[in-house]
Order: sequence, then structure tokens, then C-alpha cells
Amino acid sequence: MSKKRTDERPTIGQVLDENGVGRRRFLKYCAGITALMAMPPGATTAFAQQLRAAKRPTVIYMPFQECTGCLESLTRSFAPSLESLIFDTVSLDYNHTLQAAAGHAAEEARYEAMEAAHGEYILIVDGSIPTKINGAYGTSAGHTFVDQLYEAAEGAAAIVAVGVCAAYGGVGAAYPNPTGAVGVADLITDKPVINVPGCPPIPEVMTGTLVSFLATGVPELDIHGRPKAFFGNTIHDRCYRRRFYDRGLFAEAFDDEGAKNGWCLYKLGCRGPTTYNACATIKWNGGTSWPIEAGHGCIGCSEPNFWDQGGFYEPVTSKLFRDTGQVAAAGAAGVALGVASAVAANSRRKKLAAEDQETSS
Amino acid sequence: MTLLEFSRGPMLHFALIVFVLGVLWRLVAVSLLGWRKSKTKWRNSTADAVKGGAIATGNRSWPHPEFLDRTAFGEAVGYGYHIGLFAVLLLYAPHVVFWKNLFGVNVPFWPTLPSGLMSVISIVTIFVMFIATVRRYMHKPLRRISNFDDWFTLFILYVLMLSGVMLVFGLGGRYEWVLATHIISFNALLIWFPFGKLMHAFYIFPSRFITGYKHEKKGASS
Repeated sequence: MSKKRTDERPTIGQVLDENGVGRRRFLKYCAGITALMAMPPGATTAFAQQLRAAKRPTVIYMPFQECTGCLESLTRSFAPSLESLIFDTVSLDYNHTLQAAAGHAAEEARYEAMEAAHGEYILIVDGSIPTKINGAYGTSAGHTFVDQLYEAAEGAAAIVAVGVCAAYGGVGAAYPNPTGAVGVADLITDKPVINVPGCPPIPEVMTGTLVSFLATGVPELDIHGRPKAFFGNTIHDRCYRRRFYDRGLFAEAFDDEGAKNGWCLYKLGCRGPTTYNACATIKWNGGTSWPIEAGHGCIGCSEPNFWDQGGFYEPVTSKLFRDTGQVAAAGAAGVALGVASAVAANSRRKKLAAEDQETSS
Repeated sequence: MTLLEFSRGPMLHFALIVFVLGVLWRLVAVSLLGWRKSKTKWRNSTADAVKGGAIATGNRSWPHPEFLDRTAFGEAVGYGYHIGLFAVLLLYAPHVVFWKNLFGVNVPFWPTLPSGLMSVISIVTIFVMFIATVRRYMHKPLRRISNFDDWFTLFILYVLMLSGVMLVFGLGGRYEWVLATHIISFNALLIWFPFGKLMHAFYIFPSRFITGYKHEKKGASS
């Protein structure tokens, strides 16, 4: 049945044609994606052909311990774009925030879709998965999120973890992590897991990752499971304020002359040097702006454990420990040891001098 | 816990504790050892002796004119990389931010140099350090008085300097790993500091001063 269902599905090219997306616009989009992925210009045509020929994929979107910000980011772009159309071309068979069905009907729809496209659907996960007390901190339709994830992952071709929570646990996993929240890859190890972290992730990165998966399979990933094409450079490497860093010009406060002149925000806690993301190049809201351009440092939201990396307004080399008198105690111990050593050395010296005197006399 | 978190967190804390404990231990112990009883009659006043100590501190920090031909190169190399190290340590903006955060101080005016200039200074410093290392190995008397202490200290310094330059130029892999290596090598330097010849940073000027002081007190020229 699943085979029949797969063959019946239209290709992405057919869906785009039905939506009136012209060849020029589609090629322009593909050229943009391939450029972002650092593919050679000649690869655009092949990429476009593969994407057009790809079957319209079934997507199951599972929201767990999340705030819906990632979905807002993906669906509420400021104007209709080709990215949103590409997103519309997928057969989004389950997303309990967007779908009209609710309750048992919604769950039935999910099971049907999973069965029909078993082994071929893309599972998108949004939010962390709480694991403490056997996963009881997060339940839906009478099942824990842990069980739902294992169940949905079993028939997936690949899993896309959207947002830093699904990727690495995010705010749910921040110290002291009361629910035992983890990311998808912490639980699912037998399926390809593509992390698209961010709080929220950039919509174009999300759709770019999806289309590159449809056209060429699982993209090349970095050590944190992120597509290298979008997460290959640090914010700092691509930041337009980098020249001020290189010249040693830093804003010292958010309202000083440096800030007004657009100088580097390193001293104000910008985590650009240790954050890998595409904000500096793709930007947000259709390329309008991005946090650093708006005057605030990067908070490193696409990195694992970013909540626990010290204050957002402390530099990336700031200490990550709280001294509660240990250094002072070490100083006191050092002085005491020094006194003891000197007393011991002096008494030994006196003893040797007395022995010398006895020998000579 | 990532390597970078470890380097900025528990390891840095441990290194600071060892550094403070070790340095105070050695400084207090040496300070309280006392001076050997002088069998010479004091010939000059304490004020003159203090002046003599200050002169000796300056004199002995500069090549003696009589031996200039033989010592100038070694002194130039030594001064070269020491000045470079201090410039990088104290005048590079990210380092200033680090010191301020580490010690919780808010110095209103702490001048820094542009990154481009700091990069040049760093590379020149590494080059001069390399010359000093080669000289230490090629110069037979110098090699004979060198031990594990010297070579290990140089090794940590190379890792520290090279990782720093790699960070600036984005070389050597992922930024956070290179940054972690940089901070770990700094932590290693802090831990090793009190137990090796690096303590000369604290001893060198007081010892020169005391030598000059005692000479002057006895009536000898500094």
C-alpha cells in the first residue's frame, strides 16, 4: 500500500507548476540554495532537476516540550515567499498546532500517514524530550513524548530536529534540567538526525535543509549534527562588524558612542566567535536585519548548552565558575605553608650550624 | 560539559587556586628564611643602600658595556619575547576583557592595541621565542644548565601563543576547540608557574635589589 501511495504522489515540480511558480523563479531559488551550500554554480541545474523530480514528501511534525516559536518562525514569514511555497509543497500530514483535526481524529491521521509512507516520511521534531520519571513530564494522547518519538522515528527516512530544544535540549535542558530534557539525537541513534538549531531557526535554513535533503539526501553535517552548508562558519567570521573587532574598536555599553557607531559587541557578551549559524549572511525577516545589526550581541542560540554558558552579557572568555572563597582559602593555605616551610628550613639551618660548631670544636 | 566549558570553568578555577597557593607558599617561605648574618661592618646608611639596590636593579637589567658584544644578542632575544608576551597579555582587547572578568575589576582606562598590530606582535614574538629556543639548544653552556623545567615551560608557551594566533586567523579547526586549547594552555601555565623557573617573574627584581642593597651597605659598588 505504501508503494502505491508513493507512486501516486506528485513530484515537487508538479506542485510548483500548479502553484504558478515559474521556471526562472524556481532556478533563482535553487541558485540561492546551492550558493548558500557552497556548491559550484554548475551544480544548480542538476540540483533543480533533482528537486523537481523528487516526490512530494510526507512530513510528520511532532511538537514536544516547546514554545511554538520555531513553528512561528517557519510559518509566519513577513511576506509570502518561495520558501513558504516550498514548505507548502510538502504533505504536512500531522502537526497538531496547524491541523484542523484534533483529539483522536488527529492521532488517527498521523497513524495513517505513518503507515502509508512507512520508511519514506520525514519526521520533523520540535522541542526537547523530557525523560525523567519515565517521560511523565511530557505526554500527549495518553503517551509520553519519549514513546511517541520512538514510534514516529521507527518508520522515518530521516529526522529533522528543528530548533535548539529538539537538537540539544535547549531551555528545557538548562541547569538544573528538572525534566531530564534531551535532544532527538540523544535518543534516536539508528536514523539520520539532521539538527537545525536556533531559537528559533532561520526559516530559509529550515527549508534549505529540507530541499537539499529531497534533492541530494542527508547533507554533510558538522560535529553537532548541523548541515555544514548553513552552520559551517561562525557568526564572527561573517559579521559585518568584524572589521571593528580587528581594529580594536568595541562598544563598552549599549548606549555609548561605540554602540552608536556600530562597533564590535564582543565586550558586551556577543557570542559570535563561538556560534555557528547563518544569521550574518541570510539574516531574518526576508533578509531585513539580524540581532547584531539591530544592536544586540549574538546569544549563541544555535549552540548546545547555550543557556548555561554564563551571562548573555559576559564575553565568551568569561569564567564559568563561582568562587566562594576557595581562592582566598588557597592564599591563606599558601601563606601558612610558606611560614611552616621557613620555620622548618631555619630550624634545620640552626641544627646544621650547631653540628658544624660541635665538629670544629 | 564541553572542552571549552571545562577550560573556562573548573579547570580555570583549579588553576587559579594552585597558582595562588603555590606562589604565596614560595614567596612567604623565601621571605622568612632571613639573611645570612653579615660579618662585615656596615659602611653605608640604609638610605644609600636602598639607592644602591635600585641602581643594581636597573644596572643588572641591562647588558654590561664590557660584555656587550657577547651578551647583546641573548639579551635582545630575551627582552624581545618578554616584551612581546607582555604586550599580548596586557594590551590585546579580548585579554583585557578576560582579566577584567576574571578578577572582577572595572578599570575605566585600560588601553588596547588593534588586533592587526597585535597579530604582528604575536607572530614576531613567536619567531623570537623560536630563536631563543634554538639558541638555548645550540649554546653549549646554556644547554647544560637547561632542564625539563625550561623545555616544558617553553612548550606551554608555544601552545599558548600558537593557539592564540590560530584563533585570530581562524586556523586549526573549530574555533571553540582552539579557544579551549588556548585557555587550557593558560591554565597549565598557571598550575606550573609556582613550581618552576617561571617564579623568576616574582624573584628577579627583588633579588637584584637585595644584592645591590647588601653590596652598598658593605661599601661595595653596585
